[in-house]
Amino acid sequence: MLRLLNLELQKLLLNRTSKILIFVSFILPFFVILLSSLKINVFGFFTLELGELGIFNFPIIWHLTTFFASQFKFFFAIVVVSMIGNEYSNKTIKQNLIDGLSKKEFILSKFYTIVFFSLVSTFIIGLISFCIGLYYSSYNEASIIFSEIEFLFAYLLKLIGFFSLCLFLGMLVKRSAFALAFLFILFITEWILFGLLSWQFDVALAGNIQDFFPLKSMYNLIDQPFQRIAMTKFPNKGELIYDYAVHWYELAIVMGWTALFVFLSYRLLKNRDL
Amino acid sequence: MDTILSINNLTKKFGYLTAVKNLSFTIKKGNVYGILGPNGSGKSTTLGIVLNVVNKTEGDFHWFDGNTSTHDALKKVGAIIERPNFYPYMTAEQNLKLVCKIKDVPLSKINEKLDVVGLLERKDSKFQTYSLGMKQRLAIASALLNDPEILILDEPTNGLDPQGIHQIRKIIKQIAAKGTTILLASHLLDEVEKVCSHVVVLRKGVKLYSGRVDEMISSHGFFELKSNKETELITLLESNPSFGKIKVEDQLVTAFLNEPMKSEDFNKYLFSQGIILTHLVQRKESLEEQFLQLTDNNNQN
Repeated sequence: MLRLLNLELQKLLLNRTSKILIFVSFILPFFVILLSSLKINVFGFFTLELGELGIFNFPIIWHLTTFFASQFKFFFAIVVVSMIGNEYSNKTIKQNLIDGLSKKEFILSKFYTIVFFSLVSTFIIGLISFCIGLYYSSYNEASIIFSEIEFLFAYLLKLIGFFSLCLFLGMLVKRSAFALAFLFILFITEWILFGLLSWQFDVALAGNIQDFFPLKSMYNLIDQPFQRIAMTKFPNKGELIYDYAVHWYELAIVMGWTALFVFLSYRLLKNRDL
Repeated sequence: MDTILSINNLTKKFGYLTAVKNLSFTIKKGNVYGILGPNGSGKSTTLGIVLNVVNKTEGDFHWFDGNTSTHDALKKVGAIIERPNFYPYMTAEQNLKLVCKIKDVPLSKINEKLDVVGLLERKDSKFQTYSLGMKQRLAIASALLNDPEILILDEPTNGLDPQGIHQIRKIIKQIAAKGTTILLASHLLDEVEKVCSHVVVLRKGVKLYSGRVDEMISSHGFFELKSNKETELITLLESNPSFGKIKVEDQLVTAFLNEPMKSEDFNKYLFSQGIILTHLVQRKESLEEQFLQLTDNNNQN
């Protein structure tokens, strides 16, 4: 396993473009979260301090940081599709197999890399959330600090699931740019299907079905936190209450998609003449 | 002798096109094999199948004793295919490091093999800055990293300049001299003739011949003759049952033998008949002539 990870890391880290993209995809969310936690004086008129809003309190900070950090996953998605696209355009995939890498090992080395970078990202986000939380939060009991830590796990699965989808699309179309286009098409298709379903049946049923679609199911893992923040400000507004928790079935659906995408990538490669 | 690769009734279809049809042959240790055939005869497809990058349609093949899985077997094989495929943004050394990791070979081999192909001074240059000849030599170094039991080369001199071709051939000959089994696919006949002891001839995916190069056609060769008494020479040859076809071209008489005959006996016989030769050469058909004869025969059938 380490051998396969090592192989792929060498391919990625010696390539300047992917090195920059990896750097950006990890460092950018880190800085955005860090900057937003600072006290900013806007031209001497007023001071902007998001921490005062209570959004950096435990446990809501886990929810907030993972939600925002996951918006930056697109940068690493480019790395994932290009690491497949480059293997095809350089024909190195053929050479790798001839040199004695099995097709299974080839897919696994890509998947391990995805898991590795997702873990690194989760760790960074976890660490910074913990530090900022400790600084701003008025709570310091471990039971409160670590409640809702499942958002970190949801974040990890969300990344792995999304990048596995990119891996599959990369294997399917062999070109990075087309794979990204396919990703966008998939996004639109999900919404068109949702529209068709709610037109034919009703919105609630369509919503339930849409929760099983790949992109929507990944989105569902971490719901938007704005409404929750509003809830903390207006505790009496009953209509604002919504279900933002991480549920086991949401995790299960994404794990199912991840397994399917990795398996399909392998099947594609196995049946393909290079 | 140990078997390295055996192929049984291998067939590959691309849709309607049958690229390889019922192909069988065996590769034994220590020989230098050539796969000969015009472009599109199924050479690269056959190699692709045994190298695990093309899926077979029917038939099977075994590496070594038959108990080794293909991807394990490939760790004991060195192969280069058509064009050298490496990561353009890595240096030669980094590319070879990657291959070492795939093949589970110690990194100390890298400098040794780069030296064999004469690229040691350029090992820190990026692959994309290499000329085609250098790329091809790097591919050979990469294929040699694991000291392979068999080296598979698919059109190794394709697209190279004469100097590059010469360098590659020299390297191949050095490797062959060390006793490494080599399988060389080519459409260049003199290339195969210069290096190979055994040959498999393919045409449109069908095997026409496999065996030793010098036994490819049951022929006793021919004499090329010139004499001042040309007409008398021809009548004499036509009356002699040892000779078959007689051809005359620009005063050069070519007489094909039906049975073995030594040139000194032949010369003595002609002299005793009062014919003095000004030119006498005994030759066997070149591989090119044999190959064309073989493919032509099969065209007619």
